[in-house]
Amino acid sequence: MESRSIDANTSVFRSLDWITILLYLVLVIAGAVSIYAASYDFDRASMFDFEEFSGKQFLWIGLSIFIGCAILLSDYRIYETYAYPVYAVVLLVMVITIFVAPDIKGSRSWLVLGPVSLQPAEFGKFATALALAKLFNSYNFNLNQKLSNYFRAFLIILLPVILILLQHETGSALVYISLFFVLYREGMSGLVLFSALCAITYFVVAVKYVEPLLLGLPAGEFAVFLLIMTVFVSMLLLYCKDLIMARNVLIGYTAAGIIAGALSFFGVNVPGMWFFLGVILASVLYVSLAMYRHKIERYVVTIVFAAASVMFLFSVNYVFGNVLEPYQQMRIKVALGIEDDLKGFGYNVNQSKIAIGSGGITGKGFLNGTQTKLKYVPEQHTDFIFCTIGEEEGYVGSCAVLLAFLALILRIIHIAERQRTPFGRVYAYCVASYLIFHLCINIGMVIGLCPVIGIPLPFFSYGGSALWGFTILLFILLRIDASRKERRD
Amino acid sequence: MGKDYTLEKRKYIIGGFITIVVAIFMVRLFHLQVSDGSYKENAESNAFFRKVLYPSRGLVYDRNGRLVVLNQPEYDVMLIPKDVGQEFDTLGLCEVLNITKEDLMQKWADMKNPRKNPGYSAYTPQKLMSHLSQEDYGRLQEKLYLFPGFYVQKRNVREYATHAAANILGNIREVNAKDVENDRYYRSGDYTGDLGVEKSYEKELRGVKGVEILMKDALGRIKGKYEDGIHDVIPTAGRDLTLGIDMDLQEYGEQLMQGKIGAIVAIEPQTGEILCMVSSPTYDPSLLVGSERGKNYADLVRDTYKPLYDRALQGMYPPGSTFKPTQGLIFLQEGTITPSTLYPCYRGYVNGLRVGCHAHGSPIALKPAIATSCNAYFCWGLKNYIDKRGTTPTNQLEKWKNYMVEMGYGYKLGVDLPSESRGFIPNPEFYSKSFRGSNWSANSIISIAIGQGEVLATPLQIANLASTIANRGWYITPHVVKEVSDTVIDKRFTEKRTPSIKKEYYEMIAEGMRGAVTGGTCRLANLPGLEVCGKTGTAQNPHGKDHSAFMGFAPMNDPKIAVAVYVENAGFGATYGVPIGSLIIEKYLNGSIAPERKYLEERMITSNTIISSGVKKH
Repeated sequence: MESRSIDANTSVFRSLDWITILLYLVLVIAGAVSIYAASYDFDRASMFDFEEFSGKQFLWIGLSIFIGCAILLSDYRIYETYAYPVYAVVLLVMVITIFVAPDIKGSRSWLVLGPVSLQPAEFGKFATALALAKLFNSYNFNLNQKLSNYFRAFLIILLPVILILLQHETGSALVYISLFFVLYREGMSGLVLFSALCAITYFVVAVKYVEPLLLGLPAGEFAVFLLIMTVFVSMLLLYCKDLIMARNVLIGYTAAGIIAGALSFFGVNVPGMWFFLGVILASVLYVSLAMYRHKIERYVVTIVFAAASVMFLFSVNYVFGNVLEPYQQMRIKVALGIEDDLKGFGYNVNQSKIAIGSGGITGKGFLNGTQTKLKYVPEQHTDFIFCTIGEEEGYVGSCAVLLAFLALILRIIHIAERQRTPFGRVYAYCVASYLIFHLCINIGMVIGLCPVIGIPLPFFSYGGSALWGFTILLFILLRIDASRKERRD
Repeated sequence: MGKDYTLEKRKYIIGGFITIVVAIFMVRLFHLQVSDGSYKENAESNAFFRKVLYPSRGLVYDRNGRLVVLNQPEYDVMLIPKDVGQEFDTLGLCEVLNITKEDLMQKWADMKNPRKNPGYSAYTPQKLMSHLSQEDYGRLQEKLYLFPGFYVQKRNVREYATHAAANILGNIREVNAKDVENDRYYRSGDYTGDLGVEKSYEKELRGVKGVEILMKDALGRIKGKYEDGIHDVIPTAGRDLTLGIDMDLQEYGEQLMQGKIGAIVAIEPQTGEILCMVSSPTYDPSLLVGSERGKNYADLVRDTYKPLYDRALQGMYPPGSTFKPTQGLIFLQEGTITPSTLYPCYRGYVNGLRVGCHAHGSPIALKPAIATSCNAYFCWGLKNYIDKRGTTPTNQLEKWKNYMVEMGYGYKLGVDLPSESRGFIPNPEFYSKSFRGSNWSANSIISIAIGQGEVLATPLQIANLASTIANRGWYITPHVVKEVSDTVIDKRFTEKRTPSIKKEYYEMIAEGMRGAVTGGTCRLANLPGLEVCGKTGTAQNPHGKDHSAFMGFAPMNDPKIAVAVYVENAGFGATYGVPIGSLIIEKYLNGSIAPERKYLEERMITSNTIISSGVKKH
């Protein structure tokens, strides 16, 4: 035993996934250089001055590498063994944070410990991942076996979300939504992701296109009704695999469409809302009467999906107008291009687009970016760090960074699938999911495709907590992965 | 525990999702960075502050090298509000700037008022006070360390080493919206020439602005030079002008014209350089400099004697008898008369209508007709010219007009100053129209022969005629600028223009004009040793007393100066025109006035024709 554990420790470095480590180092160093560029002042600056952002970031990087090495040298079994206690401790710290944290721009998420400020929410990610992995590693655990398994998984995900929301850090809380990818991989129905995709599409289309009016309906809602009908027919065809019923419904829709078109062409006022409701209701009734001959379950899902879609559409305007805060509405409008608001909420995004756009193919060169240097882009060393890369390194540099992230994520998915235990696999998928969410939202926000949600770009954005959070997340994965050969038993 | 291989396939969905998202991002980045150029332009205007470096404006010298217009520094009190902060020693500042606390508070409020100062920003330089005097500047400069955030900006304005020649020199003013629109060189707040050579030589005088490319951050703060200034452009100073004007003569002319309305134009015949160009009443050019410019300008505009109106260039007057030499030249060239042709004068031209004349011998030949300014002679000449056999009056008048235009009448001469008038020379169509189709005859237009009727000329055109006769048949377009430093003046100011009239006819006219001085209407101009040739003019006009005019040159056979004098409503040409013209000639050629003629100088300087003009209202 004695000699084996020494072997294990030395062999860790032999069985490490060096590709991941290489990608990690590339991203972290590129990040530090970008922070140096972003906070570079033309008058004074040294890359390693600890008074500067870049100097501090080098300090954080040094500590991260130290933490990473410590994790690699630790015993892999402690993560599985202490997954729940770690989760509990982190949650407790988050609860304490709500009460003791100072109010910084409306959020109470920073824990001040002497000279260092930490954001416990960043450490919630790996704790939650560990807890979720531990849950799935339970003996004979199967997500679809009973409903209570779903509840347990949701509970693990939702507890940190609630605590982070109480800290008024909406962006960080939304990150946990990405764990649905993990549930999907572990057996949750693909319909859930499909529903989410439909919901986002319907929402964007309905909110963005208000004009012109078609059959008395705003163009967006009109289009969503058509989409709902298309999805209904597609689900009958692809999900229920019922060619005949799909064909009949399609013929019915087409006929109704021709009649409505002809009527309105001859000047008859067709109320669009009632027309669509009537047609969809008729098709749903037809399917429910005809389905008794078949495997019922999938038809029910299809019908419920159509009905839910219609209800979702009716609730969109209410939710957008009454539930969301005005600033959230504005951010969504800016992202959807409905409003520019260049002085207010749109300022960041517009300046960020200008900075990136001015980079051209090859960029202006390191430290030559004028937009980011001269502080036109707010938060440029944190959430908007990608602007500096876009401006100074151009299209080539931006794409290189994106591809490095893509490579890292795909590599992690690859690592996940080679794990021998659900624990390792689920944990790895958690890491991949977090990275996917951060990348999509952060880059999407900077290039004006997503609403502004304040979450950092992993490894790039300035800040110790986020960097340590992601480093711990990644190195625990590497440690678990390195042990896959040790578990011969 | 075994793997569920159907679930393992889901890795492709998750991996595919992020791959598609990255692909979308790359397409979007391609659009932003490569295919859409608008973001690059936006970035330019965002980050660069182009600080204009003003060149010093060209200086102006007179023909003798006397510095006439120079630059004087003027100081503006500038400050950057952010650097000044909330509190500073207001009382101390008031003391240094020599203003009251209320004044300072008012200026402070104006500076911050977005309506009066739309470019206000707490981070950029703001102007608190302009037109600081040299002493105040000195005091402030000394105490400046007490007032952080304040600094003094130097600007150049004009200074005049003379009180004369405002109409020639012009002045500078801030550009208006139209200037900026017409010429991309200007930015709001720049200066441009207004009137005089400041306007007509604006492009030479202004030089070329330089630019310093500075970087500014999102708050408008300057962050140093862009790429250490390699893209900066050093300003090029404006070119200096040397005028053909003799400032002493100009000042003397203005002195002589005190209390009179009118103009003097003197030209050097060989070069076409204008020696002096007086318009009266005039004003001190220094009035249009500094903080009082706006008020003074408004006063000048409101003045009923119109001092801003340059009578030498813009005034269109009946040339009167100064016109007769041109008629003699045309009649000789066209063979209407010979030097020995005699015309009767029965105290005027009597031929169905009557044009009066004064007492002299009759019949009379060309030279004595010029010397005595016989109206009848030129009326008969025009009558015979128009009624020439074998052609029509229309053709003859058309030809007449062409001769006049060749001699510089009826169109702008093209002097290098703004707002020249063209005068007026009628042509056949004009008379067809004004006689409404009914036939006009020589008699109906006869008064043009003696420079009355429809004919109008500027004093400059009259002086140019004197110059042409002095040269015996050619002239160079009159101009005030003799030299522009480091370049050559426009070709049109060095080319001879030669009317198609023989030189010998000019000689006869010159002899006639010499006769006018020795024994005719211009005897007061008979200066010993100078051989002055002259011609008086007494022009009837609808405003009041006759205009008094003189046209002449000297010396007769080596002409150095040609001059025209026009005094509104002053009576006979001999009363004001001749004395003033002869004094100008004497002053220019001799440098001083002979003691026996001092009384004449005294009388001209002190007399006031405005009071006795007979003109009731302007």
